Amino acid sequence: MLSASTEAAEAVFTSGWFLDHVWIVPIIPAVAFALIIFFGKRLPMKGSELGIISMLATLAMSAAAAYQWIDRVEAVDKEVFVPPVIKAWTWWSSDGFSFGIGQHIDGLALIVLCVVAFISTLVQIYSVEYLHGDRRYTHFFASLTLFSAGMMNMVIAENMLQLILGWEIMGLCSFMLIGHWWEDGANSRAALKAFFTTRTGDIGLLVGTSVLFFAANEWTQKTLGISSFTIRGLSAWALSGEPSSTAITVGAVALFIACIGKSGQFPLHTWLPDAMAGPTPVSSLLHSSTMVVAGVFLVARLYPVFFEGMNILGTNVNFIVVIGGITIVIAAALAFVQNDIKKVLAYSTVSQLGYMMMGLGAGAWLPAVFHIFTHAFFKACLFLGAGSISHSASHHSFDMKKDMGGLRKYMPITFMTWIVSTLALCGVFPFSGFFSKDEIIDNVGHNGYNLFMIVGLVGAFLTAAYMTRATYLTFFGTSRGASAGEHHDDAHGSHDSHATHDAHAHDTHGHDDHASHGESQGPRESGKLITVPLIILAVLAIGSGFLNATPFGEKWEKLKVWVEPRAEVVDATSVALVAHGGPGEVRALPAAEESEDGHHSSPCGSETPKDGVCVAPQLNHAKFKWSKAAMSLIIVFAGILISWFLSMQLYERKNKALVGLTQRNKLLGAGYNLLANKYYLDALYENVIVKAIAYPISRGAYWINQKVLDGAVNGAGIVARVSAGWVYRNIDQRVVDGAVNSSGAAAQGAGSALRPVQSGKVNQYGALLFGAAAIGALVLVIINT
Amino acid sequence: MLVNQFLMLGAVLFCIGVYGVIARRNAVLVLMSIELILNSVNINLLAFALRNGSADGHTFALYVIAVAAAEVGVGLAMVLLVYRNRKSIALDDLAEMKG
Repeated sequence: MLSASTEAAEAVFTSGWFLDHVWIVPIIPAVAFALIIFFGKRLPMKGSELGIISMLATLAMSAAAAYQWIDRVEAVDKEVFVPPVIKAWTWWSSDGFSFGIGQHIDGLALIVLCVVAFISTLVQIYSVEYLHGDRRYTHFFASLTLFSAGMMNMVIAENMLQLILGWEIMGLCSFMLIGHWWEDGANSRAALKAFFTTRTGDIGLLVGTSVLFFAANEWTQKTLGISSFTIRGLSAWALSGEPSSTAITVGAVALFIACIGKSGQFPLHTWLPDAMAGPTPVSSLLHSSTMVVAGVFLVARLYPVFFEGMNILGTNVNFIVVIGGITIVIAAALAFVQNDIKKVLAYSTVSQLGYMMMGLGAGAWLPAVFHIFTHAFFKACLFLGAGSISHSASHHSFDMKKDMGGLRKYMPITFMTWIVSTLALCGVFPFSGFFSKDEIIDNVGHNGYNLFMIVGLVGAFLTAAYMTRATYLTFFGTSRGASAGEHHDDAHGSHDSHATHDAHAHDTHGHDDHASHGESQGPRESGKLITVPLIILAVLAIGSGFLNATPFGEKWEKLKVWVEPRAEVVDATSVALVAHGGPGEVRALPAAEESEDGHHSSPCGSETPKDGVCVAPQLNHAKFKWSKAAMSLIIVFAGILISWFLSMQLYERKNKALVGLTQRNKLLGAGYNLLANKYYLDALYENVIVKAIAYPISRGAYWINQKVLDGAVNGAGIVARVSAGWVYRNIDQRVVDGAVNSSGAAAQGAGSALRPVQSGKVNQYGALLFGAAAIGALVLVIINT
Repeated sequence: MLVNQFLMLGAVLFCIGVYGVIARRNAVLVLMSIELILNSVNINLLAFALRNGSADGHTFALYVIAVAAAEVGVGLAMVLLVYRNRKSIALDDLAEMKG
């Protein structure tokens, strides 16, 4: 069915050793984890060197693989489907079902893999200084390494089960890392909250995977000859026009609930700010490239399923885009009432994840993935910057109002990197956030989701405003509290209960050391192990945007070529292809006709593909217009200026008209209370849902325990006691004891009967001897005669 | 026949010996009675040896004499020790082994 005459049909794809062996990448940190656990404490650097070396190795391998992938993609025409590099082994099989493990490497997997390896490396280097002297230093590095291994395994997963494996490893490690200083009750509660909240979502992951498996397996086995656990199988099935809309919708919604939990989307975002209880490097890793990105990654990975299941582009509203839009606004609003610098950043992350979800929900796949990429760098930089401040300037406090202010003079490097990352986050040209966020907003509008484009613009305004407020409080104005050189004795108790403290990290330093650097030197710049990662990240916060700089024309849109899957109809056998080394060969069908407006269009996603299958839906890209970009830039600058003005009035000049306004004005006060109480969601979850569900369950369980289980146990006890009594009386006492006693009595009787013989008298012995001899002789005589 | 008289003598001596072992309270006399029993056996052995014309009986008798000498040596030593401890060799007093 293939015409050999078309050029595309003859395309042979290059591969390379690194591209074929990406599956080794997650194994490296997994092995390093085991080594750190067993031998870490005996090593000169307590195991941190193993973690860093393994991260550098994964970084090198994934970079090399990305390079080879770029070669593979650029060697062919832009409208040719480039098959992912797939390897699969049977993990285990049971009753006809076989579960594979392997790699599914394409542009999406590689870009996220590189980001994870890169950020993990920097975070581990940073942690060497930040956690210096911590009492669980080795375990910290072990968990950090396993965490990266989990994310990498998830990213390269060939099928859903492997993805779930990595997903759950991350859940476990985030629990361990958030609760790293578990001696403080608040930290272990935060760890539990993170774990349980994400677990709530994870139910959706299992349900969704099972629903899709049973709905799709018949089709994938027949058409492709592979299990429908595989990502390529599910993608092809979703776009085949085969699935019933109920099955795929239920599956997609269930999977998206898992993403809501993992990626901190409304209404399950509540665990994310509390997760700030962990050490700052953990927050940085968690919020930039791993854990929270997992949910977004899952949507991007199984995009055809969501595309069909949620009817993306079909209507102008759907589940994903609504959740994303709500998350952007509510999280950004919450960031205004936080005094803890890390919580501002946490809500900022939630808000930015909302952008990614909204982009995915509105068909802006590439901008969303691009935003994952850029966001990782500037958000990691911001978190590490906050850690740098608390480490060196504010006595391990994160309270902006009490312990910061005026730090730009003391910490020039931290300040510069912070400003660069903040501008990137706000989306100011030419920093990276501008390219990615603007592209999302632009494409959301372009695809007909006008309402959500406005939500995105409002979000951009709010982002600029709360980041300006945080920057002002931290780096400008006058120094306050710890950063002014004040030493508080009660560093643990002076802040409100929400504030997180990294003070625990430094137990072994002793408090004297602490006091000396606070009082004699005041705030100062952090050491090289902290500033160098900051500088690297700041450079990338500027530079990473140019990888897909739409304003400068198509030549700059590198990621579009490298990462976006091509929506072409391809031969079914090539989708199922498992390349065991060597270049995978794929044959494309003749290219479709050019449509009138000159755009190449493919039937994938919009109609049932004939003579083949699709693995990616055809998406549109908005044409970049400076007029639209100028509007969003004006909005961002307005946000910065208004916020700067208000911050000056509120925090520096103490303007009477503004200070205390929330107390005087009822409406504003109500709004403030709503935000300060986090929309009462925590109260709802803990007081209403937990009480309404958990308490009856526990009461019912108690009743069953008391009545049913105890009854059964008691009944069994009574039966056992009665039968044991009978056995005791009849068998033990009579039979067994009787035998023992009677044998004793017999022995005693025989003894006393024979006792007189042993008289001690020699003569009697002699008489007995001769008597016996005489009797013996008589017997002998009688026998012989 | 001549053998009958030998056997009669042996039987008489044996009976005297047994009586002495059972009835005497003096340890030395009991030892002497044991010697009588042994010698009655010797007489029987010699009588049968002569009758059968074989040297076996003689050889046996010589062994018995040697064993008897050893037995008397051990026995008298025991009697001597008992006497030293108790100033008496009455067997009736030696009943500590009574069961």
